[in-house]
Amino acid sequence: MDYKVAYKMPRSLSGKQFTYCPGCHHGIVHRLIAETIDELDLREKTIIVAPVGCSVFAYEFFDIDGTVAPHGRAPAVATGMKRARPDLTIFTYQGDGDLAAIGTAEMIHAANRGELITTIFINNAIYGMTGGQMAPTTLLGMKTTTSPYGRKAEKEGYPVHVCEIIKELQGVAFLARTKVTTPRDVMTTKKYIKKAFQAQLKGLGYSLVEVLSTCPTNWGLSPEKAIKWLEENMTKEFPLGVYVDKVGDAK
Amino acid sequence: MKNAYIEIDKERCKACGLCISACPQGIIRFSSEFNSKGYHPAEPNDPEAKCTGCGFCYMMCPDVCITVYRAVKV
Repeated sequence: MDYKVAYKMPRSLSGKQFTYCPGCHHGIVHRLIAETIDELDLREKTIIVAPVGCSVFAYEFFDIDGTVAPHGRAPAVATGMKRARPDLTIFTYQGDGDLAAIGTAEMIHAANRGELITTIFINNAIYGMTGGQMAPTTLLGMKTTTSPYGRKAEKEGYPVHVCEIIKELQGVAFLARTKVTTPRDVMTTKKYIKKAFQAQLKGLGYSLVEVLSTCPTNWGLSPEKAIKWLEENMTKEFPLGVYVDKVGDAK
Repeated sequence: MKNAYIEIDKERCKACGLCISACPQGIIRFSSEFNSKGYHPAEPNDPEAKCTGCGFCYMMCPDVCITVYRAVKV
């Protein structure tokens, strides 16, 4: 009997081993982006702007051109790239410390200007690379190294909901929040990432996909338990769904 | 005759176990051997040829270690 490959590593990944911790969802999202680039045939025409954080070496793992922006400034760098080379597809890959803390201004104004760039936003409610400090997206009551008694609203404020903040901006063409904890969610996320790239290719405006992700190392949980914790706590605080969709469904 | 089978790149695997919990047929297990990173990598264990080639393990693998093969129907 003959066998053919049903699923294998996408061409747009370089094949270099990921430097992420076991069970980290960065790898799943990397693969989904690479599959999308393959399917839209954009491999020679795409540039990644990597953030500061665990995924700072993201450009090493993709077989496409890329650069790294200073902390939080990826949308600004991507804006310059897109305006200089409108024929290329530019996307930024950012975490919650990068996008929702130091880079809030860049992201909000890039969205408001309707820049033709795509942002993939990984929200794991913590600063991963620097050792598990409290991020703007940390849940109330969640213990981190800088909030050892749990985050309190009166001292540290409330979790930042990025999708809810920018959904009113008119420059946004596609905006969705999703997770990658089950195979079904992985397929949904891939659909959203593809739509986000299509929003850019059709010239509709800024697109952002927020992916709720685990950080087993800094949450102090096993990969399995981290997924359970995400499902039980993070999805309540951050409701999933499509917030803006000007792309429409393919016929 | 197998309908499908998977291959796992043992050197890439970091033994997170997400493929093991995702597999509906329960045909993946941790190996008793170590890889060069010091993990017990996942390995397919499918003596009864139960693999359907659904690809759930591939979808959940954060390190893209898994290749899924399906039989070509003649």
